[in-house]
Amino acid sequence: MRIACPFCGERELGEFTYLGDAAPKRPSAFAADGAEQPDAQDLFFDYVYLRDNIAGDMDERWYHGGGCRSWLTVTRNTTTHEIKAVGAAPGAGAQKPAKAGATS
Amino acid sequence: MSGTRTGRISGDAAPLAFNDNPAADARQPRSVPAGTQSHRLSSGGQIDRKQPLGFTFDGKKMVGFAGDTLASALVANGVKLVGRSFKYHRPRGILTAGAEEPNALVELRSGARREPNTRATTAELYDGLAAQSQNRWPSLRHDVMAVNSLFSPIFVAGFYYKTFMWPAKLWEKLYEPAIRRAAGLGKASGEADPDHYEKAWAHCDVLVVGSGPAGLAAALAAGRAGARVILAEEDNRLGGRLLSENGEIDGKPLAEWLAGAQREIAALANIRVMTRTAVFGVYDGGTYGALERVNDHIAVPPAHQPRQRLWRIVARRAVVAAGAIERPLVFPGNDRPGVMMASAVRSYINRFAAMPGRRVALFTNNDDGWRTAEAVQRAGGTVAAVIDSRGVVPEGCRGLNLRLLGGVVSEVNGGVDGVRSIVVRDAGGRTQQIEADCLAMSGGWNPNVALSSFHRGRPVWRDDIAAFAPGQCPPGMVMVGAAGGDFSLAACLREGHAAGVDAAKDSGAKGKAGAAAQGEDEGFAIKPLWHVEGGKAFVDFQHDVTASDVKLAQREGFESVEHLKRYTTLGMATDQGKLSNVNGLALMAEATGRNIADTGTTIYRPPYAPVAIGALAGHHRDENFHAWRLTPSHHWAAARGAMFVDTGLWKRAQWYPIAGEKDWLESVTREVLAVRNGVGFCDVSTLGKVDVRGPDAGTFLDRLYINTFSSLAVGKARYGLMLREDGLVYDDGTTSRLAEDHYFLTTTTAKAGPAMQHLEYCRQVLWPELDVQLTSVTDQWAQFSIAGPNTRDLLKNLCDPAEDLSNEGFPFMGVREVSLRGGMRARLYRISFSGEMAFEIGVPARYGEAMAENLMRAGAEFGVTPYGTEALGVMRIEKGHVAGPELSGTTTADDLGLGKMMSKKKDYIGRAMAGREALVAPDRQVVVGIKPVNKANRLRSGAHVIPRGAAPGPDTDQGYLTSVCYSPMLGHWIALALVERGRERHGEIVRAYDPLRGEDMEVEITSPVFYDPEGGRQRG
Repeated sequence: MRIACPFCGERELGEFTYLGDAAPKRPSAFAADGAEQPDAQDLFFDYVYLRDNIAGDMDERWYHGGGCRSWLTVTRNTTTHEIKAVGAAPGAGAQKPAKAGATS
Repeated sequence: MSGTRTGRISGDAAPLAFNDNPAADARQPRSVPAGTQSHRLSSGGQIDRKQPLGFTFDGKKMVGFAGDTLASALVANGVKLVGRSFKYHRPRGILTAGAEEPNALVELRSGARREPNTRATTAELYDGLAAQSQNRWPSLRHDVMAVNSLFSPIFVAGFYYKTFMWPAKLWEKLYEPAIRRAAGLGKASGEADPDHYEKAWAHCDVLVVGSGPAGLAAALAAGRAGARVILAEEDNRLGGRLLSENGEIDGKPLAEWLAGAQREIAALANIRVMTRTAVFGVYDGGTYGALERVNDHIAVPPAHQPRQRLWRIVARRAVVAAGAIERPLVFPGNDRPGVMMASAVRSYINRFAAMPGRRVALFTNNDDGWRTAEAVQRAGGTVAAVIDSRGVVPEGCRGLNLRLLGGVVSEVNGGVDGVRSIVVRDAGGRTQQIEADCLAMSGGWNPNVALSSFHRGRPVWRDDIAAFAPGQCPPGMVMVGAAGGDFSLAACLREGHAAGVDAAKDSGAKGKAGAAAQGEDEGFAIKPLWHVEGGKAFVDFQHDVTASDVKLAQREGFESVEHLKRYTTLGMATDQGKLSNVNGLALMAEATGRNIADTGTTIYRPPYAPVAIGALAGHHRDENFHAWRLTPSHHWAAARGAMFVDTGLWKRAQWYPIAGEKDWLESVTREVLAVRNGVGFCDVSTLGKVDVRGPDAGTFLDRLYINTFSSLAVGKARYGLMLREDGLVYDDGTTSRLAEDHYFLTTTTAKAGPAMQHLEYCRQVLWPELDVQLTSVTDQWAQFSIAGPNTRDLLKNLCDPAEDLSNEGFPFMGVREVSLRGGMRARLYRISFSGEMAFEIGVPARYGEAMAENLMRAGAEFGVTPYGTEALGVMRIEKGHVAGPELSGTTTADDLGLGKMMSKKKDYIGRAMAGREALVAPDRQVVVGIKPVNKANRLRSGAHVIPRGAAPGPDTDQGYLTSVCYSPMLGHWIALALVERGRERHGEIVRAYDPLRGEDMEVEITSPVFYDPEGGRQRG
């Protein structure tokens, strides 16, 4: 299997590490107003343990540890291993969107 | 190989003569002893009669020619018997001329290079080749285990399962070894392989597998068009079946056309020809596995050259022209030496000028088999009879002067010296005996569908060819020619060309592919004949599976093809059923009343051809099994005679023995005492080191660790603990703040890689809004821990005198850059793992060795002692510091006594889940210290903690000893342990129970901090 890293080009599977489903979004232990999230444990339980077992196209997290150390979002068909799209994680790559007002 | 059938024999060719008197042939080299090669034709074939090659088979000296395989040389020498069968030890001869050979398996070479189960049909002959037959004792002709054959009625399918069931415990010790001895294949040498193997990658637009007419046509078309082509051929030369047949392409004899095609391919720089290269597997994304037998055709590989090379070929498109494999007929006596595939007889005659028999009978159910009768006659042999189960002469063969018998072969008479006669039975049951010394058989052709089926492609049954043709191929692959089920020469050339054109176009090549070559479009007619009743008729030659075994399997309920395979072992031998599978399926279909299409095939899996483990390992063996990482002071430590321990990929100095020390314990104890009473140093560069920079670095670390780093003052270090998102401890280490927006984070040695991945995940995926950058600097810094009461004195000798190293000028947990004597800058961290007054000093990695030498000089007057990981471990256990054995992936921060570090004011990885009921339960196992009641006793890590008087068992188990050492400061063994409710049980006497070593002793639960519990020494 080969993955076309958006930064390095097409590379062999051995350079990458698989993490899993890209869909779950990490909840926060605190609500937006700064108060503790009362159901934080339930939200995190879902986030940590509950995964869909998709037969078909799935967005997955892969890490290009043998290359540019970028986290990628790979759309892969889990039944054929066909890779349909490869994108970078929001914070991947040297060009990082600067926070409003930040100087760096 | 390709199953192409080629044009009619031209009538003007003079019959060839047998080489009955080799001396009479002027071209025969003098070195060849008279009387050898009794079955060699005096002319023709693609062998070089000027290059005789001596070889031995079971010690007997023989001679063949360059261009021979071991099998063809044996045929030329009149050898019929080459092996004994797996189960019944029946005498067996050469059956095929290719990779599908089930019988002629030999041990090749000797000593450490001995290689069992080598197919004589693919082993190229070289001068001095030594081959041994297998699975016979004391000799091939007189094999005592042939007595198994007398008991064959009881050695039926499933015999072993049924007979050796009870008592089960004898299976491993008695039955299996005995059965394996009796029913064995060759033996491996048992010595280390002296040869090299390597791995390589190749990339191309179009991979062409097989170089018969279809493969050549594809390679030529794609190559002319300008695509980058790899042409892989399992054989040592191009041509496939063209090498073994007669006929014409574009009006030229096959050999002439082939020579022209080869010249054109050689002239095209964009075609890479890889002979002796078998494509054995298809993997995701157009990656193909191939094995190149680089130096299997000579006795010993030349210096610095590999024996075999494992290729991973990445191809945009693949054209598979893997040909077809001729199918045996299943009739009584079909395994006698001298019974041979009809296509193999043609190969031996046409390619190797070796005559398998003088009077050849042919048994066929299809037109193609008849071509063997032509070949035998053309070579001057006698065709005793053609037995065609269809009872008709094919259109094109009417002109041949042959004796045709309609019916079947119902018996083969002969023994270890081959076939003597056959019995033919007609439709009315009348029999007649025919004298013959070779019986050629043809049951039709099976397209070689393996490569199309490795991605769960299911072959499709075709009645017109009575065979399975490829179903859905993996993406990017097409199968053409005989492999695709189209056997005629014209079809092979046409389909190969078209596939080459198409594949080249797909890869963007724009050149002209030229016209397809033209060959004869001969038909292929077959009427299946699956089984002739009347005696032991073999389906799987290598595993001795007979037609009646298949029927027995059906009677006993093993009707599914996967059950059939496992119950009878059909197709499970080293040939993987290349000859036997379809016959087995057909017999099962017959027995169950289903058709073959419904019966289906077993699942195909790579490798298609045997691949040695050595080739898969390549250079990754022995000391090169994995890469090594050497610490910056490694060579310095090695020169001092340090003992090293593998820690992940690292080699770390474990202790430094000095003359007169009797064991490791003495050395380690000396090192610990030297540190605690004076000063010592240890290379700790293996710890993971990460540079964290950016305005949001502090916020980032706050979210990562359970404790807070944004509040850490510049110039200070702090111990931090990370959890996994499930709430259990992930890793620990100290992190220093070097500037407002610059932290230096350390991880454990083991987690350096994974932690970096985790940090990047947090930064890139979880919190991309944070302005922070991470750089792994593990390899950039040589870092030494300097510990002991004289540490400051040593550092005064090392550092610029202007540096204030006093407690006020450089307090505990302080961090700053300092100047060394001579002006070099270094980072100094006042942190302690040993519990002593200690600093860590960091310099660029290339100065690591020099720093070790400088530390020795600077500390010489204080008796400075380098120490290894053992002493490091002893001192951390004495201090009750947790490490790998306690950070086991099952412990919480509180289990480790670090629960108070968990901030309540912020979110961090693992915060929510760490509060789960079971993770905060009061009866959790927590870290404690353990002392033996009898101070002379040695503690053992892994020993279980159970209450006094309790019977050991899961119900009474209360934890275990995680880290154990001999404490030089206490003068006895101590341990850290995880013990249920341990913190409230200090002072309690329990047992350390170690059933592995048969030990059971009383121990006391204590505080985990055995030494200097107030911590005054490290702050002093």
